[in-house]
Amino acid sequence: MNINRFFANTANANVDTGRRTFLKVATAGSAGLTLGISLSAGAQAQATAASVADTALEYNAFVSITPDNTVRIYIKHLEMGQGVYTGLATCVAEELDADWAQIVCEHAPVDTAKYANLLMGQQGTGGSTAMANSFMQLRRAGAAAKAMLVSAAAQRWQVSADEISVRDGVVSHGSHSTTFGELAMDAAQQTPPANDSLVLKTPDQFRLIGSESTLRKDVGKHDGTAIYTQDVQLPGMLTAVVAHAPRFGARVRSFDASAALARKGVRQVFEIDTGIAVVADDYWSATKGRELLQIEWDESRAETRSSNTLLQQYRDLLDTEGAIAEQHGNATATLADASDKVELVFEFPYLAHAQMEPVNCVAQVKGNSAELWYGCQSATGDQMAVAQLLGVQPQDVKINTVFAGGGFGRRANPMADYVLEAVRIARQLPDTPVKLVWSREDDMQGGFYRPAYAHKLSAALNSQGKPTAFQARIAGQSIMAGTSMAAMMVSNGIDNTSVEGLTEFSYDIPERRVELHTTEVGIPVQWWRSVGNTHTAFSKEVFIDALARNAGIDPVEYRLSLLANNPRETAVLKLAAEKAGWGTKELPAGWGRGVAVHTSFGSTVAEVAEVSVQGNSFKVERVVAAIDCGIAVNPSIVRAQVEGAIAYGLSAALQDELTLTDGIVDQSNFHNYQVLRMNAMPVIETHILPSTNAPSGVGEPGTPPIAPAVANALADATGQRLTRLPLKLA
Amino acid sequence: MPYTLTINGQQHELDVDGDMPLLWAVRDHLKFTGTKFGCGMAQCGACTLHIDGVATRSCVLPVADAVDKNITTIEGLASPAAQAVQSAWVELQVPQCGYCQSGQVMSATALLEQNNAPSDADIDAAMSGNICRCGTYPRIKAGIKMAASQMKNAGGAA
Repeated sequence: MNINRFFANTANANVDTGRRTFLKVATAGSAGLTLGISLSAGAQAQATAASVADTALEYNAFVSITPDNTVRIYIKHLEMGQGVYTGLATCVAEELDADWAQIVCEHAPVDTAKYANLLMGQQGTGGSTAMANSFMQLRRAGAAAKAMLVSAAAQRWQVSADEISVRDGVVSHGSHSTTFGELAMDAAQQTPPANDSLVLKTPDQFRLIGSESTLRKDVGKHDGTAIYTQDVQLPGMLTAVVAHAPRFGARVRSFDASAALARKGVRQVFEIDTGIAVVADDYWSATKGRELLQIEWDESRAETRSSNTLLQQYRDLLDTEGAIAEQHGNATATLADASDKVELVFEFPYLAHAQMEPVNCVAQVKGNSAELWYGCQSATGDQMAVAQLLGVQPQDVKINTVFAGGGFGRRANPMADYVLEAVRIARQLPDTPVKLVWSREDDMQGGFYRPAYAHKLSAALNSQGKPTAFQARIAGQSIMAGTSMAAMMVSNGIDNTSVEGLTEFSYDIPERRVELHTTEVGIPVQWWRSVGNTHTAFSKEVFIDALARNAGIDPVEYRLSLLANNPRETAVLKLAAEKAGWGTKELPAGWGRGVAVHTSFGSTVAEVAEVSVQGNSFKVERVVAAIDCGIAVNPSIVRAQVEGAIAYGLSAALQDELTLTDGIVDQSNFHNYQVLRMNAMPVIETHILPSTNAPSGVGEPGTPPIAPAVANALADATGQRLTRLPLKLA
Repeated sequence: MPYTLTINGQQHELDVDGDMPLLWAVRDHLKFTGTKFGCGMAQCGACTLHIDGVATRSCVLPVADAVDKNITTIEGLASPAAQAVQSAWVELQVPQCGYCQSGQVMSATALLEQNNAPSDADIDAAMSGNICRCGTYPRIKAGIKMAASQMKNAGGAA
């Protein structure tokens, strides 16, 4: 599935769950009113790409109202900081006309039929799709609940439903007035309205959507009461750690656990697929026990290459033709004949996610069922993987989703790596809940990195210095190859996540060709906040900047001249430039200013970075960002996500770099894998373009432009054109 | 061997090895889970708690060295500075994933208890030991300033 393509096809359309959707009472009992929405597959196909079309979603339940006047909203996406509790609840509360204070959120159970991501066809969070796929679905859920409350009130008061008004959780008519809670039981008896009878608000009627005053619903994070996987406590629970091989692909040949087993607190030591598990009363005992293990590894199939060696091989590959990912015209011939050409080679290291909560998962296996507690991001995929491992039905795998301490991609593992590891341990201890905990070292050295890549970009130029032909060659590992998602994401040898961002870009260049060399390397790789755009936006935006400077044209003007057919990128770029004082505000001596614009996950972001340079060191002082993400459901969260996306991308621009020597990861913890700290954080201003279009992605699109904006600012300040990340001045 | 720890004003007996980091005694044995594990080597600040009022990384402090000290975890925070920090955190909507925020709140509170009018440089110096991968740094900084301002106003009114 190509998320960008999806968004491109639906840029002005709401992801609508369709005409034949209807509502019915799901569990009306004493708990109060629970509403479900049934979706027809055909209706979804109308709005979504073919990949989602055939999923039968029979019964979704998003809203319950209890007599104590609580409106509980079931959140089908993982809350990992991106604000889905708040954003999705806002959609319901808006149409329900609830009082924001009466709203509580909880993670929905894993139930693909009810809670599929409408852009993925399975339950899961990713690709910055949470709001985009839920916006209409959850507004309808809110509107339907309101209709049932109104209907109940009309019956009780013997008045026409049309004359009843609802506002801030109060239902009223003339002298009558009552709360949702007081109506909850009666409302549950009402016939659910047909979906096409629901009248949703127009944007000018929004009171919560777009409001600056809706506080987040993922509460308890300022006082330590929020519960993450690491905090789950269950009676009789044990803690497990695993000794993994130092090289990827190695297996246990033999081990001696006698010293570990003699260690106080250690309960069991056994081999599992991924290494040697040490199960103990607590984390410290497990860790100390692990230190006492004697393990001999079979490295006959291990990856033993160094990252430097790999990157050299990638650079060599750039001199040969790759598989064609995109072709317009005959760029190769035009480039061969061109008298004026520019060519740049780019390099990108492996990156760890380094989310603050290291990988972990709590699992309990009981007979023919299992129960798990963790920050579950790939709900359907994880559930199916566990069911397959245990030989049980997916519905016998109960997953309780808790907050995730960051994710940035790591928690959505296509192989369910850490989830299966936890289950493999737990099934050796039937009925006992086991908390698998990875140390920071385990997490950083455990693979599933953003792959390393090399790119070569070339352009043929006309007499004005504008590109007439463009070619990109990319070399690096495929994220999707070998996963269950390969069938969906890889076609004709092209993993879209390797090339997205360089394919289908917005600049108007008549002849274009994008080629890919997919390399075979035994280092596990995975998506990392904004996926392929982490590298493609960098080479694209640095390259365009180099062309502008080569032509002696202002970089904003140069871009705008190539974006005449793209009003959206034009508007976003202009807004960022204007707010940054581009061309109007003088910078102090020794400073430079750079810009980048990129569209990903359906949203366009432009960023202007200002850097100060002293010798060969520099600081990013200020970033001005502009975003068009459609309707900003919660502007404060949109700004927070843009700030966070910039910080995450800036960390990689400035210092993140994971290297391997002879197959062994060189970094282990935050002392040698340096990430952005407060003292390097620039001032950030985020400007949101007003929009009435359907919401598009927010979690990721702020990341791609920051590294190129900074590199371009350094070129402005020093004349040095940096093409390797992290950025280092000579 | 048994150790007696004074946590949030209450004494807790626990029988663990003296080299166990205080973090794990607090989390695994006493079930104060607000204090987080992030790195285990005093690099990220997620495990920050107060020892006699000083922000301390509990992931490298042996239990044996925490005896006879006043230990405050996020669960026991109650000072005016703490209240000002926590209310600013809510007002400015600081947390994203929130995993590092207990440590951020502990470090910010300790800073304000020492310095009720910190400059940007003071804040950077006090807070750069606390990593936030969500990038909430701008709001943390604004939150500390808001809390300082609230404390000043409250002090002026008293």
